[in-house]
Amino acid sequence: MTLRVTNTAKTYPDGTKALLPTELSVAKGEIVSLLGPSGCGKTTLLRIIAGLETPDAGSEIWFGNDNVTSLPVERRKVGMVFQSYALFPNMSVRANVGYGLKMQKLPKDEIESRVTEVLELCQLQEFSGRAIDALSGGQRQRVALARAIAPRPRMLLLDEPLSALDAALREALRDELAMLLREFHITAIFVTHDQDEAMAIADRVAVMSHGHVVQSGTPEELYRNPNSPFVAGFVGNAMRLEGKVAGSTLHLDGGELALPRDGTGHNVFVRAEDVQIDTEGPLNGKVESVTFFGTHYRVGISGIMTDVLTSTYAGQNAPKVGERVEVSIKPEALMLLPEGAEI
Amino acid sequence: MGVRPSPYGHTMTNRTFVLACLTPLFIFSLAFLALPLVRLFLESGSGEAGWAIYLDILRRPRYLNTLVLTVLVSLATTFAALAISTTAGMFLSRNRFRGRGTLLSVLTLPLAFPGVVIGFLIILLGGRQGLVNQLTPGHVVFAYSVIGLFLGYLYFSIPRVLLTVMAAAEKLDPALEEAARTMGASPYRVVVDVIVPGLMPALIASGAIAFATAMGAFGTAFTLATNIDVIPMVIYTEFTLSANIAMASALSIVLGIVTWALLLIARSLSGSTVAAGG
Repeated sequence: MTLRVTNTAKTYPDGTKALLPTELSVAKGEIVSLLGPSGCGKTTLLRIIAGLETPDAGSEIWFGNDNVTSLPVERRKVGMVFQSYALFPNMSVRANVGYGLKMQKLPKDEIESRVTEVLELCQLQEFSGRAIDALSGGQRQRVALARAIAPRPRMLLLDEPLSALDAALREALRDELAMLLREFHITAIFVTHDQDEAMAIADRVAVMSHGHVVQSGTPEELYRNPNSPFVAGFVGNAMRLEGKVAGSTLHLDGGELALPRDGTGHNVFVRAEDVQIDTEGPLNGKVESVTFFGTHYRVGISGIMTDVLTSTYAGQNAPKVGERVEVSIKPEALMLLPEGAEI
Repeated sequence: MGVRPSPYGHTMTNRTFVLACLTPLFIFSLAFLALPLVRLFLESGSGEAGWAIYLDILRRPRYLNTLVLTVLVSLATTFAALAISTTAGMFLSRNRFRGRGTLLSVLTLPLAFPGVVIGFLIILLGGRQGLVNQLTPGHVVFAYSVIGLFLGYLYFSIPRVLLTVMAAAEKLDPALEEAARTMGASPYRVVVDVIVPGLMPALIASGAIAFATAMGAFGTAFTLATNIDVIPMVIYTEFTLSANIAMASALSIVLGIVTWALLLIARSLSGSTVAAGG
């Protein structure tokens, strides 16, 4: 089922604008992530789609050819995974997963066979009789997912589904979740504040800030062609090179850089992995800090611009603190974003 | 039990210290709880009938009927208080509006009154000179009947249940209700499947308090019960008017046992529903 959200906004009674008029469409079977810092309106948008929040007048939400804007949550047929999982503590795993089917008043044997099928899909067979408080965090997450998809919803909505887990588990479950979502063949929207999570799971990412969608695209597009300093910074931690643009040259404290095109009226951004320590490099600076990360070193270099420029160094012999180094940045790695596009 | 072996070998001294701390409690329990209870029990068998006095209670309608009535009024009070206070408590904990604080303080006002005053209030409402009697054309007097007693008990039970339910309602995860609703649950199913199970421990605890308070209520009954009798009233009359100390003691013991047994049943029932659900 396709989802189309048009002109949808949310203003709270106290005047707070949680969501500015927003457009979003999600194709059938597409997995879209709403990515943004806390308070950017991503959860509000998800809850409006679910029917848990009433949007402002003029908003429209279409599920395929049905306008569901005024339909209450009970009748929208969406599956939702909550941040806290919200599993019913007074019911077993089986009863939790079967709850939506029971509400649809399906025959008992049909419920049983559907629950068994979903439990198998989510590898939960052995826990089916367990109480919720006897499950680990990862198992709870799978039960929440199984419960949401068991009634065959039109769409799956996930609100920060991994944030309740500890870091080590989160990474493992991220890939598992991505795999399961693709197995379900279901249109899914999930909210997260973690760019790695969004990029690993989603087909398309909508980056949100201050109540609206700043940019939407595949993870690659967002990473390579951000349309604003906010997206460049939030997706992949791009740094601004503080210098003077003159035609297609950037003048920095530590040297000059060639730009890929005329950069007049633009700010220049770069990512740490594109800043290379290179004896032939045109820029010159002093090593301020070296941090070892296992796969690479993170080297902070001062003297090239006012702030420290960070470089990712993958070799064996990292430079020492205090050494002077030459740095090069390929013109195609520089991102030129119009000035004043500060969002 | 529960004392971890200490690497410094202080375990024994620790335990002695804890026992020393418990001594005042032990002495207090013995002096003010165990000894009077034993005395009360022995006293109940010291009458003319001896231990057959307990059979007497069951055989004589005056005692047995009063006992049944006391239990029934207390049960009715408990369930009515649970129903009213749960609804009101859920509403008050979910909504913020002008006058909420005032409403809450009015609802908890009965906590400040002794039973006699509550009985008096019921008489002002439903007595011969009461408000209802004056406003209605017929002769409506309910203050001195079971209804008056029930209303009086209900009045002082509501705040006890209300405060406990509100504390529990604030701890309910709103996502649980939302989850049920996304799966198509009607408001009625949300109450049955999510809210009541979530509030169950608080309902059991506050229901037990309401029930035990109603079973032992004296002041309200003393003011209202001219036509009817409840057990605490009978104990009082046996003791002061008839000087039948044995019967007063026996009735006290029976009152205690019945209350305790019913609370035990309620607790085990709730325990089994939770276990069965999990």
